[in-house]
Order: sequence, then structure tokens, then C-alpha cells
Amino acid sequence: MRIAGKGLIDRSETVGFRFDGRDYTGFRGDTLASALLASGIRIFGRSFKYHRPRGVMTTGSEEPNALVTLGRGARQVPNVRATVQEIHAGLEARGQNAWPSIGLDLMECNDLFAPFFGAGFYYKTFMWPKALWESLYEPLIRRAAGLGALSGKSSDEAYEKAWAFCDILVIGSGPAGLMAALVAGRAGADVILAEEDSRMGGRLLLESHQIAGRPGADWAAEVLAELSALPNVRLMPRTTVTGAYDGGTYGALERVGLHVANPSGDLPRECFWRIVARRAVLASGAHERQIAFANNDRPGIMTAGAVRGYLNRWGVAAGKSVTVFGNNDYAHRTARDLSAAGVRIAALVDVREDVAVPGDFPVHAGCRVIDTAGRRGLREVVIADREGKVSRIVSDCLAVSGGWNPALHLACHMNGRPDWREDLAAFVPRAGMVPGLTAAGAANGAFSTHACLAEGVGAAEAALEHLGRRPPPTDLPQAEDAGVRIRAYWEVPEPKHRAWLDFANDVTTKDVRLAAQENYRSVEHMKRYTTQGMAPDQGKNSNVAALAILADATGRAIPETGTTTFRPPFTPVSIAAMGAGGQGRGFAPQRRTTSDGAARDRGAPMIEAGLWYRAAYFPRPGEATWRESCDREVRMVRERVGVADVSTLGKIDIQGKDAARFLDRVYTNTFSTLKPGRVRYGLMLREDGMVMDDGTTACLGEGHYLMTTTTAAAGQVMRHLDFVHQAHCPDWDVRMISVTESWAQFAVAGPLARELLNSVLEAPIDCEAFPFLSCGPVRVMEVEARLFRISFSGEAGYEIAVPARFGAALWRDIVARAESLGGGAYGMEALNVLRIEKGFITHAEIHGRVTAFDIGLQGMVSAKKDCIGKAASQRPGLTGPEREQLVGLRPIPAGRAIAAGAHLFDEGTAAVSSNDRGYVTSVCWSPTLRSYLALAFLKDGRARIGGRVKLVDHLRKAEVLCEVTHPVFFDPEGGRARA
Amino acid sequence: MRLTCPLCGERDRREFTYYGAAVYADRPEADAGPEAWDDYLHLRDNPAGETRDLWYHELGCSAWIEVTRDTVSHAVTATRLVAEREPPAAPKGRGRRA
Amino acid sequence: MPRLIETSACEGLLPVILPEVGLSELPFAPVTSVAPFAGKEKAVGTALKKLGLGWPGPGQSVRAGEAACLWTGRGQAFLVAAAPEGLAGLAALTDQSDGWARMRLQGPGAEAVLARLVPLDLRVAAFPEGAVARSGLNHMMMVLMREGPQAFQIMVFRSMAGSAVHELAVAMKALCARAALG
Repeated sequence: MRIAGKGLIDRSETVGFRFDGRDYTGFRGDTLASALLASGIRIFGRSFKYHRPRGVMTTGSEEPNALVTLGRGARQVPNVRATVQEIHAGLEARGQNAWPSIGLDLMECNDLFAPFFGAGFYYKTFMWPKALWESLYEPLIRRAAGLGALSGKSSDEAYEKAWAFCDILVIGSGPAGLMAALVAGRAGADVILAEEDSRMGGRLLLESHQIAGRPGADWAAEVLAELSALPNVRLMPRTTVTGAYDGGTYGALERVGLHVANPSGDLPRECFWRIVARRAVLASGAHERQIAFANNDRPGIMTAGAVRGYLNRWGVAAGKSVTVFGNNDYAHRTARDLSAAGVRIAALVDVREDVAVPGDFPVHAGCRVIDTAGRRGLREVVIADREGKVSRIVSDCLAVSGGWNPALHLACHMNGRPDWREDLAAFVPRAGMVPGLTAAGAANGAFSTHACLAEGVGAAEAALEHLGRRPPPTDLPQAEDAGVRIRAYWEVPEPKHRAWLDFANDVTTKDVRLAAQENYRSVEHMKRYTTQGMAPDQGKNSNVAALAILADATGRAIPETGTTTFRPPFTPVSIAAMGAGGQGRGFAPQRRTTSDGAARDRGAPMIEAGLWYRAAYFPRPGEATWRESCDREVRMVRERVGVADVSTLGKIDIQGKDAARFLDRVYTNTFSTLKPGRVRYGLMLREDGMVMDDGTTACLGEGHYLMTTTTAAAGQVMRHLDFVHQAHCPDWDVRMISVTESWAQFAVAGPLARELLNSVLEAPIDCEAFPFLSCGPVRVMEVEARLFRISFSGEAGYEIAVPARFGAALWRDIVARAESLGGGAYGMEALNVLRIEKGFITHAEIHGRVTAFDIGLQGMVSAKKDCIGKAASQRPGLTGPEREQLVGLRPIPAGRAIAAGAHLFDEGTAAVSSNDRGYVTSVCWSPTLRSYLALAFLKDGRARIGGRVKLVDHLRKAEVLCEVTHPVFFDPEGGRARA
Repeated sequence: MRLTCPLCGERDRREFTYYGAAVYADRPEADAGPEAWDDYLHLRDNPAGETRDLWYHELGCSAWIEVTRDTVSHAVTATRLVAEREPPAAPKGRGRRA
Repeated sequence: MPRLIETSACEGLLPVILPEVGLSELPFAPVTSVAPFAGKEKAVGTALKKLGLGWPGPGQSVRAGEAACLWTGRGQAFLVAAAPEGLAGLAALTDQSDGWARMRLQGPGAEAVLARLVPLDLRVAAFPEGAVARSGLNHMMMVLMREGPQAFQIMVFRSMAGSAVHELAVAMKALCARAALG
């Protein structure tokens, strides 16, 4: 029901929306909760476990009951707080956890079985038989309990992540936050003022207080106008600071497009901010508590602050006849504000005896609410006086205040524990719980408006002083300064029916007492046993009361009983916001070679190699499978000429007079003897003796080298080289930089490779003047290039490198030339076959657990010098017959298919792990040798060459007898590469 | 988490690659013997309190950095370039622990 | 024999021009990494002065017209749009011209676009004109320089140009959609 003349909504603009399939209207400035309350809606949803009808209880993000689902299909968003969601044209919301509707919910029968559903019910009941838990019990329980559901579909909506930096972050824009921002802003500090609500002003928008002689909301508007005009102040409404992290970093969630009708597809729904602040002021206010009494969960029972908040901010009376129940003076404000607005106050019930409240409504001091009635919404409140005399009050709204808890959650995010203050019956933050963060105002237990303003100023001044800025003189505006008068009162004793604590998770006082009785005396145990505080509101409405009842049940004081820890996030953060930008192309950078376009034009499927995309093979008309293309490409290289893009290999330019000495340190073999114009294969170990990487290094000139790494290990090797230089020999004169991206490099391999190259080189080469493992500058089609005579295929092979801007053109040209010679481009599949035929290793073999000995390269560990990994590589256990050693395998018969990952066993032994003798790392069909081939690690393998081993592939259910061979299957003398 | 690179200034943790305990920068002599090498490669303290570790400013200036921080409070108390650190005061006195 | 044709790093990707901010590719220019050898730092500085530039301190650049010397890391700077004359023997010189996609992000929304992707404090006081940072453009290694109040130069690895443009364009569009809300 709207009250004329009240509220801060814009009554000139009506907004239509849908809730549970029916049309409603509200005003601009309404939340879904305020608009529905104004329309007389009382049931917003059904409770988690018992399916009890539930109505809205609060005005903020701590709302435990009024959770709704927005939208449909892939854009469906569950568990949205109706108290936070602004209405807009086209908004469509539904109640949750009810079937067929929240008005008529057949699951309501759960409530009849409530006596069985106490704490630990599921643990105790569904223990046996164990097998039924996953298949039957859990799915049943999950269907009956719970909140809103995800759509299960991928959403196409935009989300965003962003960074912000400031001197002072002010969290909350009530009187304390506004004052802190004003003082800091006037002093010239960079200020971010973050406010969860769509409108700044905090509690000032919900109360009827005056500040400096005018309504609090007007004063707030004046302050905001001044702040908006300051270039150093950034106002962030609709932004919830969700977490406090190390180093002054705060997480915050901004609702960017959730209040917008027909948003553009580019507009983010939400933005997850990482705000780095040198100081922060926590002015997050306080949350009002309920009191536990029988049937305290009926729609129409709300916090007292919310009832007057709906009146003052939205002009909504939450009932026609309102009863107020409290243990503190703030509750009286609700009676006064509503009465002044002409709403009938049926009674003011205060548990304290010595209260006198002026007003034309009945006051019941020293009384308590012992029960309520009304199945689909509150109809009647039952109270008892100190003698136990019972009376019934007809009422459709009960405004309850059990006191206020400072919203100190962020202060606890770095493991700090708050202090208990007996005078407030509340926990307050302790100074220094989060470095750089100071609590002010109600968040700090200072509840009067005057105290909030004063603490806001104080917190800002302290922050400015820390930043070395002089605070401006500030006059505090005149405001109320009522002291806190409260008597701690958590539950009405001996309730006849269930009395709720955690509304969102359906936890009652009985559950907590049961936990204590079953010896879950620690608050952490009680919480897990009852699920108290584990719902979306994370116990904001109930944790302190539950703790107080546990303290009572276990005969301890509250501080002695403890408190639960609050962890981030303060309110739920959608995964979509935290993962913003990570869908599709944003998942990881894609690295593309200069031949990428040409390869895709040819229909080449791409293989991911690290972040790189490399062509797998280049299909030709008539080729039906990848194997046909691959076999053809292998034959092409062995018989004619093939061209492959090898630009993805890491390339590191190394210069300096100590460069050779440095290479000797990082490689196992010697490079200081390498002459300009020559290339050498090198092996690199980790300090623990395992092989890190291998590759060739070319000497380009005196003190100038070009190291190549594998594609996979390029980043790791660069990091390693920097480490060795900076940690072990920073005084050595050596400089390194990656040139991977600077050069497009293509392998040209096969008997006709030289013929092809000579058709593009300005000065032709011959075999003698440019022998195997030489390198040098060349010119190709008027461009300075580098030529290396190296081979990863075993054929006469070269790699030609041009500056990357010429890569696309050179690729197209030399592929066309190769084709005219009966060859063509080859991809990763053929490259893999060619290297397996030659027994060349990749990271399939050097996977981090093999030594130089294991791959048969122990001879490459120079005895004449130290190198990284040398000491460890020679320790016992890393050499000898116990090691699994690199061998080749050929299946018997040759056509029997085998696959990588299979394990090896001695003939006649069972294929069990205790008999395991090794495993297969790489497999191919060799069109050259007309056999499957494998590289494998076999225990004492080198001694078993010529023998047989049983290959068992448990995954693919295959068992194949194999001959153990030398790992080099093809051209073991290496004559072809030198031709 | 924020780390101060001695060259680039205060930066977000994302720019750095964590490596491990700072003692890894103090490589034994080649002939130091198996115990020294075992200690260097495999044995690490796990302190509740001050610890020193190695970070690589990989998305930044490529400097290796030694970070002194507190594992309990998460406070970062000092950073310095590995290349500019003083050599360890004495031959390593860290005995082999049982 | 014909000369090989050049392809720019952002061929077919740029420009992207939106109301609040635009992204365009910078014309090709020589880029040389300069890493002074031990004890040659002063001599390198002198040689750079002769080119009208100088050795930049960490996080800084020295600019003269189109030419610039950008600090890019520990003991390393990039000499852009100038030949490394007089530096041979004093520093390790490595051609980086082809290794990077160089872009300019310009407009009133430029700083806000970068705030979506770069974990740096880019407020003018912290990152003034001429300031340089090695950092990440989301997951990509980047060299960033502020050219003016609303203009930044971005360098990412050439192979990642497509991803960089994609991520920048998404952030640019989102920013413009926000601005359209008023």
C-alpha cells in the first residue's frame, strides 16, 4: 500500500514488470520488493527445507527470503534479491523452490514432517545402504530442497572485469561514508566511494532524521552534488565491495546492466572490480537482527528498520495494522514513523519493563511475542506479559528488532576476529584487522547519526594523515545523538512451535540446541551440523543469535563461545563476472604463425601447441582421412621436398663476451668450441638432473649465438636462463632476448631441398660450402635472411628464416615451388612421423622425469666442466639398469596397431602394476618402413634390444607383442641428412 | 596481492611467477658433495612467520626478485633484485634435518 | 626475382573506431633492443644522446619527434624509429622490428579501456605522458607507453595481434555501451 506524500520514488514515471506470470506496476526508484509490497504481495517464495511461505524481511542485500529468478532460457539468473533488483520495463521475475507456484506449493507437505527434519536428519537417516546415497537419496533431497536453479545453458551475455586505483576507498555512503568521502575529497585525495544501492545515502534514505535542519536525504543529495563536482572523487553506485584481500586490494561487484530495459548486447551485466586502495574506510552500516519466537517466519514479519525503511524511502506501508516488537529504543522509531504517516500501530511490544514511548498507540512494556497465526501471511500476533497473561493482537505486519549487528564482514576477511561489546550486545571490528582499513559509523558500533558523521570525519582524517595530506577543517552538521539502549534478547523462552534463526536455510533454535546436546559445542561444528549461516545470506541475519543460543545451551558467555569467520564474498558474486572475458577467444591468447592464413585457406586442421596454432596436415582432393594426407606428406619429404612452418620454436638471441661460457653453464655439452657459422645440438638439464629441453644453438659471430628451444618449453627456458644469469653469475657479460616473434622460419627438407632453395636464394649454395650443421646470412628475394642446415626429419634439410613481415609471402612462394617439384607443405602429423622414424625426442619423451642417461645421451654431459644439473644427474638412482631407458618398439606383425600410453610387460607375466617394465611415449604408422613404430621407456631397455616385450593397452583393450629395437629406426648412419 | 619490483614499482601479483624458497639462488660448488646438493635441491623450511622466496617478473622486466614476507600476516616486508643481493654471509650452515 | 611482399602485424584487423575510443596500427618502424654490455652504460647513454635521445630510467622513455628510446626491462631498452648508430660493440643490439604488433589506443575512453585489461595504475599522476611499463594486456606480454592524456601506444607479440585486438575491441564496445547509458 502506498502512502501519499512519502518516499523518494519518482511517481511521475510508472514502470511495468511481471512477477510469477502476472503484470504489476511500480515507480521509477522502486526495487522489486518495494513494488510488490506496494501491490499487496506477501509471499515472495518458499523456504529451503520446509517449503513454508516466506515474505520479504529486509530492504537490503542481506535479505534471506525474497530470492527470485529473473529471465528465461540461457539468460535465466537465479537467487536474485528482490530487495536489490530495481524494476525496469520488461523485467520478468519468478518465485523459487515451489511447485507448481509459490502460492500453491505441493511440497508444503514437507512442513508436516518437520518433527523428523531436524539438524542432522539427512546424516542420520540416509546412512544406509551407502550405495543408495548417490543414486537415490541425494537426487531426491536436492529436488525437494534448494533455491533457484541455473538454466544449464551457456549464456551469451557480456560481463566485465576491471581495475581501479585510489588513495582512499570509502565503502558505503551513509552518513559516515559520505562524511569520510567529503573530507578526503576536499583534501584532494583520489577517492572511490562505493555504494551497494542504486542511490547513495545509505540509512539516511530509510530514516526520518534531520541533518543540519533538513531531511537526511536532502543533506545527502547536497553532499553528493559536491562530491560529483570533484574530479578526484569517483562515485560507484550499484557496487558492492565483496572482499578485502592482501596488499590493499578489494574485490567489488558492480551491477552495470541489470537495471536497464533492453540493454545492448555489448553492455556488461555486471563488472567485477579489483580496487587497489592505499587506505579504506569501512562505512558499511549495520544489519538488524530478528528475535526467535514461535512461528516468527510468516510473511508480514519483517525487521523493524525495514518496515520504516519501506515507508520512508518508497512510500510503502508493509501492513494495514502493524505491531512492533523489540528489545531496544530504535524499534520505537518504526512505531513513531508509521504512526505519523497515518498507519495504524496495533501495539508496541518491548521486552523491557522500564520503557515509556509517547504516541497514540498501545505500549506493552515487559511483554513478549510468543506466537503468531496466519498460514499464508501474518494475521494475528500472540503476546504474553510478565505474569504469563496471553492476549491476541490482530495485525498483518510485525516489525521486529533484536538490535543491530555492525556489518563488519570485510574487516574479518583476513582472518581477524572482532570484539564483543556487552553494551551494544554486538560484535564490533577490532582496529587493524585488515591493514589500512578503518571502520566508521554503525559498522564500528557507533549508531547515532552524529556519531556516524563524526567517525566518518575521523576515519578520513586518519587516512589523510597516513597519506601525508592535510585534512581540511570540517564542521560537523547538527544531527541526533541518541545513545544505544538495548537489553540483549535473542529468543522468547520455551517456544511452543519452531522458532527460526536462519530463515534462508530453515534452521531453528531447536536445531542449535540439539547440536549442543549432541556435543557439537564448537560454533564451527554447530554451524556445519545445522547448516546455520551457510545459506546465500551467510548468516548475516542470524549468526549472532545462533551463537548466543549456543552459548546459553552450553553454559558459556558469548565471547567465550566464539564467533564464526566471515570470508569473501560479502554477497554472492556470479562466476560469469569473475570469469568475464574468459569465454571463447578470450580463454587464452591465440598465437598465430605467418603461414596461418595460407594453411587455413588450404583447409588444414589446426593443432594447439601451447598457445600456438599449427597446421596438422594439408589435405588434398581425394584424401579421405588424416592418415592418407600424413602418409603422403611423409613420402613427399623422404622422396621429394617438404616445407613446414617451424617458427613456433623458441629463439633466443644471446650476446656478450661471456656468452660462450654461459652456454657451457646451461648446456651439458660444450659450446665454447663452436665456431661462427656452425650449429650444435645441445641438451639442457634442470638442476635436479632431469632433462629440461633440447635444441640447436647457432654461432652467428664472435660472442653472438642464437639458441632454439622446443615450442613447449620456450618460456621455461627463457626464465631459466634469466635465473642462472641473475642468481649465479650476474657479473658475466651476457645479454639475452627472445627473438621468437621476429623471425618466420620454415623447414625445407628432402632430397630436392637444395634445388628448391637455390631457386629463391640470390647466391646459390652447395653441399660442400654449406655442410650439415652450418649456418649463415643469405638473401632471399631481396630480403636479408638466415639459413641453417639442420634437420628434424633425417633428410637433407634446411631452415630458412626471414623477418616475420615477409613470412606470409615467403611461405606461399616456397610451398608453390615445392609443389612444382612434386612436394608441398607438411604439417605436425608428418613432422611427428618423420622424427619418430629417426628416433628424435620431443617433450613426449623429455616429460620432466627422464635423465640424460635415460635417453642415451649421458655422453653429452661433459666431464670437463660444471653445468646446471650435472651434480644431480650423477647421483645414485639416476643412472643404471634400474632406469627405464629409451628404446624403439616394432609390433609383431608390423601392421598391428599400437598406441601411446600403453605399458610394457615381460612375456608371460600378468599385466599388473607390480610387473610394469615401462611405457610407450610416441607411436606412428611409418609409411617409409611400412610398420607401426613406437618410442618407449623400458627398464634396462638398452640391454634388451633384439628381445621382445609385451605391450598392454588397458584403455583400448589391446595386447601386442613387440620387438625391442634401437630408437633410431631409419637411416641410423645419418647419411641422408649430410647428402 | 601486490609485490614491489625494485625496478618497476608496486605491481599486481599476476605479473610475477612464483618459484620457491630463496635458498635456491645459493648454488653449492660443483664438488660440494651429495649432502650439500641434497639440501640445496630438496630440503626446505616451512616457517610460520618470515620467509624469503623467489619471484620472476615475467610479465614485466624479467628480473628475478627475492621477496621477504610473512606467511602468517601475509605482509610483504622487503624485495630486492636477486642479481644485486649480497652473497650469503657464511657457507651454508643449514644442517641436514632428520 | 620479385621482392617479397610485407604483411603488417595487424593486417585486416585494424582500425577499430568507436565513439569514445579508437584503435589503429602504427606504421612499420625499426625497433632495436639495446642491452648495454658490462661497464658500457655511460657510453651507450652518450651514443643515444648523439641520436637526440638518451638512456631512459626504469619505467620511462626519451622521445625526440618520431624516434624514441623506451625502457623495456632490466638493462634493456627499445630504440624505435631510429637506427642504432654508434652503439655497435657497446650494447647487445637485436632487431625487434618484426616481433611486435604496435598499436595506438586513443580517445576519451582510452584509459578506461586499458583498466579492463591491464593491472596497472594508469592515473596520470602515476603514469604520466612518456611513462612506459612492461606488463600484461590480460594474459599477453605488453609494452605500454602513454603518448598523451588520451593516447597510449601498445606493443604485443606479433603472433598475438589477433587476440589483442579482440580483447581490446570487446572492452571498447562495452565502454561505449556504458557511455550510451548516460
